[in-house]
Amino acid sequence: MKILALDSSGLVASVAIAEDDVLLAEYTVDYKKTHSQTLLPMLSEAAHMIELDLNTVDAIAVAGGPGSFTGLRIGSATAKGLGLALDKPLVHVPTVDALAFNLYGCSDYICPMMDARRSQVYTGIYRFEGGDFHVIAQQRPVAVAEISEELNALGGPVVFLGDGVPVYRGELERLMKVPYHFAPAHVNRQRASAVAVLAMQYVREGRIETAAEHAPDYLRPSQAERERAERLKKEQSEALS
Amino acid sequence: MGEKDILILAIESSCDETAAAVVKNGREVLSNVISSQIELHKLYGGVVPEIASRKHIEKINQVIEEALDAANVSLDDLNAVAVTYGPGLVGALLVGVAEAKAISFAKNLPLVGVHHIEGHISANYIENKDLEPPFICLVVSGGHTHLVRVRDYGEYEILGRTRDDAAGEAFDKVARAIGLGYPGGPKIDHLAKEGDPDAIAFPRGKIEGSPYDFSFSGLKSAVLNYLNGCQMKGEAVARADVAASFQKSVTDVLVEHAMMAVRESGLDKLAIAGGVASNGALRSAMEQACAENGVRFYRPSPILCTDNAAMIGAAAYYEYIKGVRHGLDLNAVPNLKLGER
Repeated sequence: MKILALDSSGLVASVAIAEDDVLLAEYTVDYKKTHSQTLLPMLSEAAHMIELDLNTVDAIAVAGGPGSFTGLRIGSATAKGLGLALDKPLVHVPTVDALAFNLYGCSDYICPMMDARRSQVYTGIYRFEGGDFHVIAQQRPVAVAEISEELNALGGPVVFLGDGVPVYRGELERLMKVPYHFAPAHVNRQRASAVAVLAMQYVREGRIETAAEHAPDYLRPSQAERERAERLKKEQSEALS
Repeated sequence: MGEKDILILAIESSCDETAAAVVKNGREVLSNVISSQIELHKLYGGVVPEIASRKHIEKINQVIEEALDAANVSLDDLNAVAVTYGPGLVGALLVGVAEAKAISFAKNLPLVGVHHIEGHISANYIENKDLEPPFICLVVSGGHTHLVRVRDYGEYEILGRTRDDAAGEAFDKVARAIGLGYPGGPKIDHLAKEGDPDAIAFPRGKIEGSPYDFSFSGLKSAVLNYLNGCQMKGEAVARADVAASFQKSVTDVLVEHAMMAVRESGLDKLAIAGGVASNGALRSAMEQACAENGVRFYRPSPILCTDNAAMIGAAAYYEYIKGVRHGLDLNAVPNLKLGER
């Protein structure tokens, strides 16, 4: 099974092409250029290097969220365009799951953190047992204090990774009561190869979608929707009182 | 289809319309699909960028597939993919740009990035097969007010522009002030039919030393002051008169500037474009002024005045035959200048 995978959910842009247990190509960049300028040129370069016939790809995988809203849409629109043009299905891989999967085989609790702004991180808790990948706490936006408490209750040790780490390192050092450490540079950010490998599992389980129906999973409403909901709720409670 | 026919798939997502079209040789529209989000944005009294972007990504593939189906062509029949890359809402633009680039890459099709306003101007080519540059074009919409001299295909000289609000923006703000809701343009147009356009003397915005430029914020303030005055005096507001008088003030200025540009350029063709170009009062006032001055008047059907992709396909054709191509690093440029590449 051949998967073309994209991840532009955070600061990193990453593309990969993997076939069964071979990673044919991967190109990852953590640079200030926008994903709109990097993602497709990177894919084009990677595909060219391995003389990829795009028609031989079985599915297009994308880190479908959470993440930067704009970054997610660049990845999703790229995946949707590829799916439409090549008539291939899409695989939506949760971003935080794919980040955790970077640390395959690690026996500690794995806690990826993406900076979600508004004093929150997109995070989850994961663990490998043997070769099996377990989701202990599903990805969601939450305060660092809350996820730290959960990890302390689990007992650790914990390995942290993701672009939320440099932002909240000090807070973690204050809050963590169980042993913890931080993953090194080669595995501590989004990598499309992890998205590709998880996607193979998803395809085998039939968890695919059409390019037309795919949309990112932001895990948060827009600010305007949130404020409107708050206003309606307030009006409702005032009307009742 | 003839051997030398050029087929372009065009995509537009710069604001709150997700649109795709297939255009043949720049002037023949084989399909023109528009998915409007306006009902959704009405809840917020205007376009919410993040919501617009989210809707674009949900709809874009359906819209493109529908456009291909309606045109009865496949991606393999195309010569190029075109997309609006500015100006507009950056998050919204990026959806169309990323999608178009992916299709271009996957099908090995040339990519042509198009300026949104150039698209609006080019909407006039679709229904007026005889229209060719040079001509004067007045582009008026919710986001833009430009008086442009079209020297050649893709060559523009901006004669005048708004210094503050766009014409359509003024319509929206005044509509809100008199309780008509969003979008204001069609609602004011409708209500004004029952009012007296000479009932209230609202100002005509002028910019000292820049005769072609526009200003609508003074007019908007004058309307708001008038409404406040009525309220203080306890007088009922004749909303239809306000709508008609406000609209007359806007159209008077637009017509006057456009006629001055025609006269001074020595050109005998005038086109209008953009969402406000479907305003009934503007269309008839401009038509009358053109007839009086011996100027040929061109205006697109209302469906081609609104944001659509057929106009992007029309503009892209003339870029395509000139050899303009964009790379896979094409980015959205929210404040892209007209004529800039």
